[in-house]
Amino acid sequence: MKQFVAFVHKEFYHIFRDIRTMMILLGMPIIQIIIFGFALSTDIKDIRVGILNPNEDMTSRKIIEQIDASEYFIVTRYLQTEKEIDKVFKEGKIDMVVVFSEQFSNNLLHTGEAGIQIIADATDPNTAKTFTQYAANIIAAGQQGMVSNGNIPIHINSDIKLLYNPQMKSAYNFVPGVMGLILMLICAMMTSISIVREKEMGTMEVLLASPMKPIFIILAKAVPYFTLSCINLFTILLLSVYVLHVPIAGSLLGLIVISLLFIFVSLSLGLLISTLTKTQVAAMLASGMILMMPTMLLSGMIFPVESMPAILQWISHIIPAKWYIMIVKKLMIEGVSISFAWKEISILIIMAIILISISLKKFKNRLE
Amino acid sequence: MQAIEVNDIKKSYKNKYALGRKEPDTGISFAVPSGELFGIIGPDGAGKTSLFRILTTLILPDSGTATVNRLDIIKDYKKIRKQIGYMPGRFSLYGDLSVEENLKFFASVFQANVQDNYYLIKDIYQQIEPFKDRKAKALSGGMKQKLALSCALIHKPSVLFLDEPTTGVDPVSRKEFWEMLKRLKNQGITILVSTPYMDEARLCDRIALIKEGEFIGINTPENIIANFKKMLWSVQSDKMYKLLTDLRSHPSVDSCFTFGETHHITLKRDDLTTNDLKQWLQQKGHKGIMIREIDASIEDCYMQLAQNG
Amino acid sequence: MDNIVIETKNLTKTFGNFTAVDHISFQVFKGEIFGFLGANGAGKTTAMRMLCGLSKPTSGEGKVAGFDIYRQSEEVKKNIGYMSQKFSLYEDLKVWENIRLFAGIYGMNDRQISEKTDIMLKRLGFESERNTLVKELPLGWKQKLAFSVSIFHEPKIVFLDEPTGGVDPATRRQFWELIYQAADQGITVFVTTHYMDEAEYCNRVSIMVDGRIDALDSPKNLKQQYNAQSMEDVFQQLARKATRKAD
Repeated sequence: MKQFVAFVHKEFYHIFRDIRTMMILLGMPIIQIIIFGFALSTDIKDIRVGILNPNEDMTSRKIIEQIDASEYFIVTRYLQTEKEIDKVFKEGKIDMVVVFSEQFSNNLLHTGEAGIQIIADATDPNTAKTFTQYAANIIAAGQQGMVSNGNIPIHINSDIKLLYNPQMKSAYNFVPGVMGLILMLICAMMTSISIVREKEMGTMEVLLASPMKPIFIILAKAVPYFTLSCINLFTILLLSVYVLHVPIAGSLLGLIVISLLFIFVSLSLGLLISTLTKTQVAAMLASGMILMMPTMLLSGMIFPVESMPAILQWISHIIPAKWYIMIVKKLMIEGVSISFAWKEISILIIMAIILISISLKKFKNRLE
Repeated sequence: MQAIEVNDIKKSYKNKYALGRKEPDTGISFAVPSGELFGIIGPDGAGKTSLFRILTTLILPDSGTATVNRLDIIKDYKKIRKQIGYMPGRFSLYGDLSVEENLKFFASVFQANVQDNYYLIKDIYQQIEPFKDRKAKALSGGMKQKLALSCALIHKPSVLFLDEPTTGVDPVSRKEFWEMLKRLKNQGITILVSTPYMDEARLCDRIALIKEGEFIGINTPENIIANFKKMLWSVQSDKMYKLLTDLRSHPSVDSCFTFGETHHITLKRDDLTTNDLKQWLQQKGHKGIMIREIDASIEDCYMQLAQNG
Repeated sequence: MDNIVIETKNLTKTFGNFTAVDHISFQVFKGEIFGFLGANGAGKTTAMRMLCGLSKPTSGEGKVAGFDIYRQSEEVKKNIGYMSQKFSLYEDLKVWENIRLFAGIYGMNDRQISEKTDIMLKRLGFESERNTLVKELPLGWKQKLAFSVSIFHEPKIVFLDEPTGGVDPATRRQFWELIYQAADQGITVFVTTHYMDEAEYCNRVSIMVDGRIDALDSPKNLKQQYNAQSMEDVFQQLARKATRKAD
């Protein structure tokens, strides 16, 4: 046990003496949360708008003029049929379509009520949500000055329809995503690098030729990064609750337990990488290419998995972060009980068992 | 008792033999009795490190057997690891840890206590103790070497494996290092040491000369020298480079190599006298010629044996 | 004097309050083999870096191949060759690719390069290895090749930093024969080594202790002066006086 404690001690020295790396590791979640939280909602300008207006009349034309006059929108196209809507979206010629109901002006004048549908491409959900809201506001402001024949205030129902991401996956998407990314990065990448560094420096040779059990070496390497991950988990949760106002709707305890499970999976992955690589650069590239990129792109953190080609969806199933992010969304944002995530949790547990057994088997107590 | 016993060990990487040879089928065999200072002498790439790694249970041989303290290197590797000390070619220290932290860390890895075994490393460690708070990466080559040796000794191993401990270290530190090894030997520790510096061979009890994965000679340094059967002369003149080419063109000269301020030559026949050669060289325009019959050095022996092999 | 190729006067380099090289003054002549000895941390590497134009001196003067090491470091670099044990050739390039690369760096044209490559490989007996990757050559061959590459552009001076570490005895001697040949052609050889027998091969030897040059003469005179049997003894006597031990 003294052996183990001394080793953990040594690992902490390595971390604390490399201040720059430590600052990056601790500062990264903060920066990522801020970048994703604020920078992702980019300025909206010159959104290309298509109009489908079955009966051209005064009121609808007035509304169209108001939309076009705003700095956010440019009306670029008038459509004739509903079929065209899908076509123009797919061709990427348009970002939003405003559809007026049949007999729009008539209905408005006689009943005081009429409908407008706003359709948007929501592959970028944050932006889509923002600009459709703007459009709805313009329409609402426009109706203020209008009066029906019966002198009753008119009411236009704006119906917002988002294509390609129908559930409008929450704008809070990125909080679970950042959690997955950071934990994966610190546990897998840093653990693998620190093990491989000992190989590269030649110290692994002495450690292996000593009575120290290899399992102790691995555990001792994992402890500091486990600790760092816990600190980061805490930071992310604090930031998301108090800065981004993302509530933790479900059980905090459940969230922590699941995160610990995911940390364990990531540590095992890091260990696996360390057994397969010989240099720090190779370990870094392996964790970067094999873990980071797919985690960012395929875990549903940035792009919704549902709108990806089948093959990518299939690949995304083997990415641990995807399952973790799904669980976190359920627990944290939807606020459901942990029992609703049993499928994802069992997948993570199976992954953990497979990864740790492969890497322990692969970790040799000799040099080759 | 034999502290190390090696029988017909072979090791290859991708069909390239690091130790032993396929045609003719040969492996490495030798034994080191308890308390001996045994040197493996040979250039880089001769297989020294592979041999050390096999004996320290870090890699497995392709074939052959070996024991350390009568323990099998394959079966009993866990027990061996408790009893040996190992200092690999590159001093494996943690650069970002201080001198003292390195020592304490390695002590606890071996479940030893710095105080208990301090007497063993006292001579060595005292020299670097004034710098005990300095980071290991800021030490000079000689100091790193002393710290690495202290770390390898702190658990009081009965067999010490030192792989090229003096490479890249200046002659003064090298000399000090060999003095330390002598003292450790007197404490009863068996030491297997490798070096590419031939002049260090005479400081060992016995040596094995290694070339391309094979031992080309194994004996005490004195006997290796005694087995050098040929006549050896050292020759000097005012034009050393011309002397080299001239000597090689002489019909009775077998080999000619530069050796410090002189050239060493071996002769094909015994009938040539130093005076004959002197006259011959004078005709070639050399001045200040000095020719002496000398005893061979280990380096002469190595080159002789390497040529025959 | 025309045949002085290296000349320093009170050359000094300090790092903070640490004086790595402390007012060294010496001259090296054309075609000379000059041994530059010293214990680890005596300041050899720092001094050599200044002479190669890689590091600016803190004070003092230095001229290499007739160029000022302060102001004309680019000219200095064109007129020297450099080889060390740690870095010499690109392992993943073939023999001829290495030659072409380094010759190209020094501005030689393709025809010169191909003619000289043939001559050089023939002299080394490496003709059959033209297309071999450098990493597949034995260490001794690599070092010989590296040296030949370092003087391929016929520099006035070649700097060798521990060129023979770990090389087997026979190859080490072949290596020194190449050095003799180069010196014979008028190339000045400035060499550091930890093998004291190699110090004997030098025309003159300097020994650095604590950043200063404590001895500079031919091996013969030095042995006489210190009443020593070998250069090893001379070195031990001088280097043991060192008070500092940091690199």
